[in-house]
Amino acid sequence: MLFYDRMQFAFTITFHYLFPQLTMGLSLIIVYFKGNFLRTKLEKYNDAAKFWMRIFALNFAMGVVTGIPMEFQFGTNWAKFSELTGGIIGQTLAMEGMFSFFLESSFLGLFLFGEKLLGHKLHFITGFLVFLGSWASGFLIIATHSWMQHPVGYEILENGKFVLNNFGALFSNIWLWPSYLHNQAASLVTASFVVAAIGAFYILNNKHSEFGKLFVKTGVVFGLISSVIVAFPTGDMAAKNVVKHQPVTFAAMEGIFETEVGGSEIILIGQPNVLEKKLDNKIAVPNILSFLTYQKWEAEIKGLNEFDEKIYPTNIPGLYYAYHIMVGLGTIFIGLMLIAAVQLFRKKLYKTKWILWSLLFMLPFPYIANTTGWYTAELGRQPWLVYNLLRTTAGASPTVSSGNTLFTLLGFIGLYLLLGLLFLMLVGKIINKGPQIIKH
Amino acid sequence: MLAVYVILDGYDFGAGIIHLFFAKTEKDKKAITNAIGPFWDANEVWLIAAGGVLFFAFPTLYASSFSGFYLPLIMILWLLIFRAIGLELRGQIHNRMWESVWDKAFGLASLLLALFFGIALGNVVRGVNLGMVANGVSTQEAHYFFLPLWNPTFSPQTEHLGIIDWFTLLLGIIGVVALSIHGANWIIFKTNSDLNAKLKKVIFNLNFVLLALVIISLLVWHIIEPKPFHNFIKSPLLWIFPLITFTGLFGLFKVKSFKKDGLGFLFSSLFLFGGLTSTVASIFPKVLPSSNTVNPSLTLYNVAAEEYGLSVGVYWFAIAIVLVAIYMVIQYKVFKGKMDDVGYGEH
Repeated sequence: MLFYDRMQFAFTITFHYLFPQLTMGLSLIIVYFKGNFLRTKLEKYNDAAKFWMRIFALNFAMGVVTGIPMEFQFGTNWAKFSELTGGIIGQTLAMEGMFSFFLESSFLGLFLFGEKLLGHKLHFITGFLVFLGSWASGFLIIATHSWMQHPVGYEILENGKFVLNNFGALFSNIWLWPSYLHNQAASLVTASFVVAAIGAFYILNNKHSEFGKLFVKTGVVFGLISSVIVAFPTGDMAAKNVVKHQPVTFAAMEGIFETEVGGSEIILIGQPNVLEKKLDNKIAVPNILSFLTYQKWEAEIKGLNEFDEKIYPTNIPGLYYAYHIMVGLGTIFIGLMLIAAVQLFRKKLYKTKWILWSLLFMLPFPYIANTTGWYTAELGRQPWLVYNLLRTTAGASPTVSSGNTLFTLLGFIGLYLLLGLLFLMLVGKIINKGPQIIKH
Repeated sequence: MLAVYVILDGYDFGAGIIHLFFAKTEKDKKAITNAIGPFWDANEVWLIAAGGVLFFAFPTLYASSFSGFYLPLIMILWLLIFRAIGLELRGQIHNRMWESVWDKAFGLASLLLALFFGIALGNVVRGVNLGMVANGVSTQEAHYFFLPLWNPTFSPQTEHLGIIDWFTLLLGIIGVVALSIHGANWIIFKTNSDLNAKLKKVIFNLNFVLLALVIISLLVWHIIEPKPFHNFIKSPLLWIFPLITFTGLFGLFKVKSFKKDGLGFLFSSLFLFGGLTSTVASIFPKVLPSSNTVNPSLTLYNVAAEEYGLSVGVYWFAIAIVLVAIYMVIQYKVFKGKMDDVGYGEH
């Protein structure tokens, strides 16, 4: 019963988040293009903004239609969890609807259809409001997420209900800001890589190559900055929260089965062997993990052996791989963007074919990194819904049978498969058509 | 908030039903999608926002009803997705097969959504088997239940209830008819299409059907709820709500002579608003009645969140509602008047 509930949430949220991770970052890049047009009056910036708006609109629509099931599933599949914590997480989720969705949906229509009606300045403002709405939405979702990871501002009544006693604490939660900034920077990584990849495609294909150059340049500059911010300071801060408040999760993420005397090594590659409590075929560098975590080579990091198995993350190998894929890809992103930026600075980027090909083929990887990043956070929180307080097993709907959940899970898989195919077809059509040629 | 949602997204569903049955030419179809195109997305947000507010203000009701009505709710989600992609994808490729597939998806999804929302209302009036009592004993906590889509007898009075029975289906059909009228009124209000004259006749005829259905439902209501007028007798001021309902209903019989195109929409909005508020007034303070005698009904008082959370909520909610009102004014100002030339879905 619980298995299908978890699978359904995991499947629908993974599919859903393919879209907002692009739109949040992309809205900022579109606002940048439109702003540049207002400043320079060069038509190409306006055309670039309009081109990315079409892609944005399609992704946004996908995000909306796949987002509504997320909110509903709290009640349909996780009724007990909703009943017990609704007074708290319901606040931030309801605020998301009231503050961000209305803002986004009202102004998106104006942004998409209102350029002639509104004039460029007002059009820029509607774009900015859409950006604001989407970033506010991310903020309120991560406030909800942070409360589940690190509950604050609550008390527990005798009947087991969590009630809010400090509204402000939800927003000053130490978990919130590092996670939020980490996530938004990661969203900008996805958007930058997508912009750069489409640009590289245009240059290599020798079609719309003027726009191709603009996209590659913009993508590389935004991509370098955001890739660095994802790792440092935001990723670093988020990891330090995990070490401090969820040490058992940290040990599982890093693949540390035993506490190491004299400082912990950092695992680069290896397969967790949970039965024998060790890592197979590992390649590791001594003492680096202790240094990264505590800035001391010899600092002690607790291994899984120090904790009760009852609080082990449910899926240790899954958590370990999710984390290592995210970190590995993040490192590659910084490397590639750095090289591309150097070539851009030397004015050789548009002729360096292997970098353009790399940018093009890198397109799916920020999506994978974002997804595995979220898996790290969510698998890391297991076996809890509310860390240390409410177990996942206690949160599912008591009356919904597994037959019914499997039925709807299969339905979602079929429907989303169709949605995904239609999306790829239409986005391909937009990219193939390209930005409008400047008319004189 | 749910009433606002029904009135706003209701015209989208209605327009979809009209689209399915009455739009024959490409021009008619364009007129209809233009009339709702820029609005449906923002209208749907009311559902999400209402869901969110239900979640934080009445967590127990949210948990109980969303898990108990599991199957129809998930199906409503699927239908909303089909409605959305039907509307948005139709104009992306100019091909007759492509267009007709998405026309049907949009129309059928709208029709089923109207039916499902009516059925949902019927379920709330009829009540559910809270605590899943069997042989006089609760098998679940007192506020949890689960309903299959139907039981073999389709009766609203057995121990094993289903989502669809003859009573809830009646309300579902009322939903379809009422929202068709509402959607047709919106199309008349927002377009100058050739369809408008025909739609006025449709509204006039459907209105007789609606009146008949409303009378039937009132006649059978007491089978479901023995004392439907209890609250109205206790506080006579509540009669205002049925009065609004019938003002809307009878007003619509004059649809052919209306000078202003928006008037019909006003009357059908009154009917929907009055119908919903009368229903709520009739079962108040119950929000989900219990069909058994073992467990008490869910009422406004036993499902609300704790006081501190609610009182903070009131503050931010007030701010948000003012902002929403401002957005709506801006949105409807920009897209005011007739919408025939918006060119929706042709980007």
